Amino acid sequence: MAVDLSINLAGIRSPNPFWLASGPPTNEGPMIMRAFEAGWGGAVWKTLGEPIVNVSSRLGSIDYGTRRMLGLNNIELITDRPLAKNFQEIDEVKKRFPDNAVVVSLMVESKREAWHEIVKRTNDSGADGIELNFGCPHGMSERGMGAAMGQVPDYTCMVTEWVKEVAKVPVLVKLTPNVTSILPPARAAVNGGADGLSLINTINSVMGVDLDTWDVYPNVGGQSAHGGYCGPAVKPIALAMVNEIARDWRSGRVPLSGIGGIETWKDAVEFLLLGATGVQVCTAVMHYGYRIVEDLIDGATSYCESKGLARVTDLVGQAAKKVTDWGKLDLNYVIKPRIDYEKCVGCNLCYTACADGAHQAFALDGPPVKVADGTTRPGPRVLDDQCVGCNLCHLVCPVPSCITMTRQETGHRPMTYEEFTASGLPRTALAGYGS
Amino acid sequence: MTFEERFTDLVPALTKADAVAAASACLYCADAPCTKACPTHIDVPAFIRKISTDNLKGAARVILSANVLGGSCARVCPVEELCEGACVQNRLRHEPVRIARLQRYATDAAISHEWKLFEKGPMNGRKVACVGAGPASLSAAFVLAQKGYAVTVYDERELPGGLDTYAMADYKLKIPAAQAEIETLKDLGVTFVMKTTVGRDVPFAELEAKSDAIFLGIGLGGTARLGIPGEGEPGVVDALSFIEKLKTAPYAQSAFSGEVLVIGAGNTAIDAVTQSKRLGAKSATIVYRRGEEDMPCFDYEYELAKKDGCRFEFGARPKRIERSGDRLALVCEREGREVSFLGDRIIRAIGQAKRREMFDTLGIALDDQGRVLVDSASQRTSNPRYFAGGDCVNGGQEAVNAVAAGKRAAAGIDATFALRQVA
Repeated sequence: MAVDLSINLAGIRSPNPFWLASGPPTNEGPMIMRAFEAGWGGAVWKTLGEPIVNVSSRLGSIDYGTRRMLGLNNIELITDRPLAKNFQEIDEVKKRFPDNAVVVSLMVESKREAWHEIVKRTNDSGADGIELNFGCPHGMSERGMGAAMGQVPDYTCMVTEWVKEVAKVPVLVKLTPNVTSILPPARAAVNGGADGLSLINTINSVMGVDLDTWDVYPNVGGQSAHGGYCGPAVKPIALAMVNEIARDWRSGRVPLSGIGGIETWKDAVEFLLLGATGVQVCTAVMHYGYRIVEDLIDGATSYCESKGLARVTDLVGQAAKKVTDWGKLDLNYVIKPRIDYEKCVGCNLCYTACADGAHQAFALDGPPVKVADGTTRPGPRVLDDQCVGCNLCHLVCPVPSCITMTRQETGHRPMTYEEFTASGLPRTALAGYGS
Repeated sequence: MTFEERFTDLVPALTKADAVAAASACLYCADAPCTKACPTHIDVPAFIRKISTDNLKGAARVILSANVLGGSCARVCPVEELCEGACVQNRLRHEPVRIARLQRYATDAAISHEWKLFEKGPMNGRKVACVGAGPASLSAAFVLAQKGYAVTVYDERELPGGLDTYAMADYKLKIPAAQAEIETLKDLGVTFVMKTTVGRDVPFAELEAKSDAIFLGIGLGGTARLGIPGEGEPGVVDALSFIEKLKTAPYAQSAFSGEVLVIGAGNTAIDAVTQSKRLGAKSATIVYRRGEEDMPCFDYEYELAKKDGCRFEFGARPKRIERSGDRLALVCEREGREVSFLGDRIIRAIGQAKRREMFDTLGIALDDQGRVLVDSASQRTSNPRYFAGGDCVNGGQEAVNAVAAGKRAAAGIDATFALRQVA
């Protein structure tokens, strides 16, 4: 079955939902042309504005076990190349790759004329869209740009309006996550006329300290500065913000371009299911190169086939409404772990995690489990009376499908917290009471 | 290939990247099966976690506090039968966490950095003599010195370490590595009296007079005799002497290009046959009276010998050794008929003899197989002044078993005096 991967995000069309996010991988035309040859559907050009001078080093990362760069941070600024050169290359890229989406990220000082000027130049460049960088948390924000715009909804709205006054292509506003709630800036951008929203930009971060020298990462001659955090570690934060907007009728009526920790087709599908129309990738490409797009395309195609979907856009928002307010969750939904003793290897991690991190709902006197050839030991046994169904044992268990959280019949009808507080019933009327 | 290359470590040291990857495979089991499987009960998940947090000093301390010979055990332990064999990852991934190599990684670091991880206790006025400087005595001395005992270790050899020093296959454990970890004991103030045979150079009565307790970690006797005619022919050597020579002198002095026959099929026989091959033997053959499935050596040792190109003759019971021109003929009985194997050297490797006489003199009871009888908790012998552990008690097991026995004996000795103080 052929799967149509193409998307139309706020009028910006691309052959697949996988775009490169604005950043080092989209620094210049020859790079973006190589990316399109590799299969990327679109690219958001490295932010254009008054060219800057960067520092060295600019990147820091954290590792986890054997995995490098679980999280990455940067203190790199916008383009350091002349605007004319950038616009000339944008033109060349569009001529060679007319079907791929080229979106130009912009950031200039907060003057209407300055924005008008650069947007007009972008109109003339052949680009398919504009993305307003209201998110960069370092360097530019101190100069009144980037996150300094995105953190004040009134500014977000105002600058978006300025841009829309002259823009001839769709305008996306890229939001910063460094806010108490993502909704006010999202709504402000939409009120200002944004055709779509991109999120998240990077998160304020300090990456760590060299324990020998006490220099802080990233280290610039013995000094550091807070930078923007990204990479696989930030994905859950991005998913929450994308979904929050997708469920908000005031800001969620424009399409969303999801960004934040996307490395695999699975990550991308999650963003689509929670409400994004397309995704942008940066850190994973900085780590592994443009070639990862092959599996993004291949994996997403196979996934859609397995789900019987003809279009990747059929995924958009399918799980968005499965996120709700806590008060709308069923207090009488009860699950308990059930252990497959054939699979259990006897590591006892469930026991320890529950004893010290949960509710002491395991005893080590269950049926024997095989730990090695010729060796068995008593397996873990769930104490249902103690168990609250928190999921921790299932999460720490290293054996696939060994612990299954299983729905329990409680004899109680579903009841949310909102219904419960309205009902006036005592707590003892709930299935979970006392456990 | 040079001799040095042929005797290079069979299992090489881990790089830092290897160690990070290997450590990340550890699940950090609670009440871990690996720790239970180790006779010295090294807290394996704890030391592996420390490796993964770059706390190598802490990792080494965890290992060595449970087993002062943790470095050599990491190299010579039959880990497939012990910690790694018990690892739950065997079931999850069909491959255990590389515990032994990680253990070596941490203990090597302790040696190369010359970390002083242990301190001797304030002197308690008690004196303990350890007879034999093998793993059992070293282990007992390590614990006792930290508790404030003045410990003196006697051994007839030049170097301490016993079989760890003189008998381990050189591609597993070389003498410098075995000696390096013994430095810890010297740092704790343990006195070594070497090239001194207790019972000959120093009478037991003298030890008894100047010690509050005596620990016997004397191991077994020399390689057992075959008890067949021709055993004394030139060219018939015993395995332990053969291995000791190749370990203590340049390999070239042990080089031998003839054909070698090794009698026996235990782990020492394997060490003898593989090392003969590596020293240049044209052929090296195990001659064993029973069948392949009866071989007492570990499976992986058998596999190693096969990989080295060694040959095996099963079901051949040696009857006599004859000269055949300038060669030796090992005449065996196989299925009721005589067969003869020609070789230029014959190595006896049928285990070590027991030393009954010494124990009889000391009034120490033995079992019917000549092993010292001890209380299993305290390692105390039937003569209350004497404790014992290691091969002389267990009949010949691994170094790690001897270390465990030494720990029990140290606790047993200490408990004796602790109880007296209370009384």
